[in-house]
Amino acid sequence: MVRFRVARSILLSVCILFLLAAIDATLAQPFGVPRGTPSSEVGGFAGWILAKQAEFYRMMSGLIRAAKADGSAAYTLLGVSFLYGVFHAAGPGHGKAVISSYLVANNETWWRGIVLSFASAMLQAFTAIAIVGIAAALLGATAKAMGNTIRVIEIVSYALIMLIGLRLLWVKGGAFLRLLRGDKPAHHVRDQKHHHHDHAHDHGHDHHHHHSHEHAHRHHHDHEDDASAWGHAHAPEPRELTGRHWLRRGLAAIVAVGLRPCSGAIIVLVFALAQGLFLIGVASTFVMGLGTAITVAAIATLAVGARGLAGRLAQAKPGMGMLAVRGLETAAALVIVLFGAALLTGYMVSERLMGV
Amino acid sequence: MTASLRAIAGIVLGLAIAAPAHAHPHVWVTMHTDLVYAPDGSITGIRHAWSFDDMFSTFATQGLDSKAKGKFTREELAPLAKVNVESLKEFDYFTYAIADGKKTELTDPAPDYWLDYTDQVLTLNFTLPFKKPVKAKELKIEIYDPTIFVDFSFEKTNPAKLVGAPKCKLDVQYPREMTFAEGKKLGEIPADQKNTTMAWGAQFANKLVVHCP
Repeated sequence: MVRFRVARSILLSVCILFLLAAIDATLAQPFGVPRGTPSSEVGGFAGWILAKQAEFYRMMSGLIRAAKADGSAAYTLLGVSFLYGVFHAAGPGHGKAVISSYLVANNETWWRGIVLSFASAMLQAFTAIAIVGIAAALLGATAKAMGNTIRVIEIVSYALIMLIGLRLLWVKGGAFLRLLRGDKPAHHVRDQKHHHHDHAHDHGHDHHHHHSHEHAHRHHHDHEDDASAWGHAHAPEPRELTGRHWLRRGLAAIVAVGLRPCSGAIIVLVFALAQGLFLIGVASTFVMGLGTAITVAAIATLAVGARGLAGRLAQAKPGMGMLAVRGLETAAALVIVLFGAALLTGYMVSERLMGV
Repeated sequence: MTASLRAIAGIVLGLAIAAPAHAHPHVWVTMHTDLVYAPDGSITGIRHAWSFDDMFSTFATQGLDSKAKGKFTREELAPLAKVNVESLKEFDYFTYAIADGKKTELTDPAPDYWLDYTDQVLTLNFTLPFKKPVKAKELKIEIYDPTIFVDFSFEKTNPAKLVGAPKCKLDVQYPREMTFAEGKKLGEIPADQKNTTMAWGAQFANKLVVHCP
């Protein structure tokens, strides 16, 4: 019974993840599709999101102009900026995929996902403000000069994404291969024991005991960390998970995702600057970031939830289940690598500023 | 077991599909297009006038030197126009010509392109010559950005016209809004499958169709 319920909820979460992935896929220029075919894929939910964010974005210029004469328009602008952020991030990009994959590969908790999402979105807002504030407001740089600065930042950011992916792939892929080959280091034997223990509970108390599941899950967690990235291949302190360690580990992900500013924010800031309302532009950018963070956090939470369910389900089948989980982590790491590589080589264009 | 494997495979696939990031529209172009014909009835070029939205116009002119504040002359904008036109090459100028069902090649713009700045709106004017002037019973010109970074729409009152083709008839096809039912149906196509059953793209592109006798 429990197993059925778990299976059902796992399928549900996978469906949700798929739906979100579909948004990206529909908007994306899929790999290998030649240019010149009409963008027929835009429609439905994805089209609606695109239309909404375009609507909000286009409202902003009028509101910034209005704010010059009427201070209350600034509040409307903040509201619209927030909504724009929410919808904008629901489209592709904005580190959703990187953060989600990172969380899945590292088996991070949902609230860490939220912290990572907010931190990266705020950093992103900050970079946009710093670029426009320094380059345009102080130095009077041209759009072209700003574009070049952003391109340098992009390269650093994409390279960092790739490095994070490679690091994760090394650790998770290694664990996966070891498991595949059937190597059983000391802690893996321990792992098996736990599973037996778990099984006993399962059969004994049937579906009333969620406790046994939770219990098993915890042990599972501890083991997961054995293979965590950033050089902690040895067994960590059991409650290291609640410490600051993960944040240090996540810092690279925050920087990688948050470094690259959003083109929309840059344009809005420059426009506000030209109207002599730079500070309103700054406020709008931060509120936009807040909206972005909420969407990315929601998606990251879904990814973590789906992964958690997969992990719990895998507990029921010690050998193969563990292999599947390690496989999932390896695949998530691989996704980050591919993502970074595609961005870095320009195969995948995240956002470009035409002709400037 | 198979259920969990399937679930895990689903997550992996989901993440893999989620990976290709992509552009959002950040530039809006309102366009007017002239189709220029030779006396013999063959089309020689496509003359575009693309007006950018006010935010992008402000952004693009940020930091440019000008004699009068907030005003830019054609000469002052010449370097920007050059960058614009040169970077459009990579995207085939977002313009595709199909003569009697066959894709027809356009060449790089004639060197007489220019930018002007009126009422805080930047307009890029350029002509795309046909590699070889073509006579066609049915000529289709499509203007769109497959990556949806630039959102194109025709001017409402004066979208396009024929120059020097007295016997031909021009139809302007606007991208129509997708109905909710259509959107839903399209949304039901699995993300990993190509949409082959509903070849709607054409209906949502900006299209000029010219019929000549």
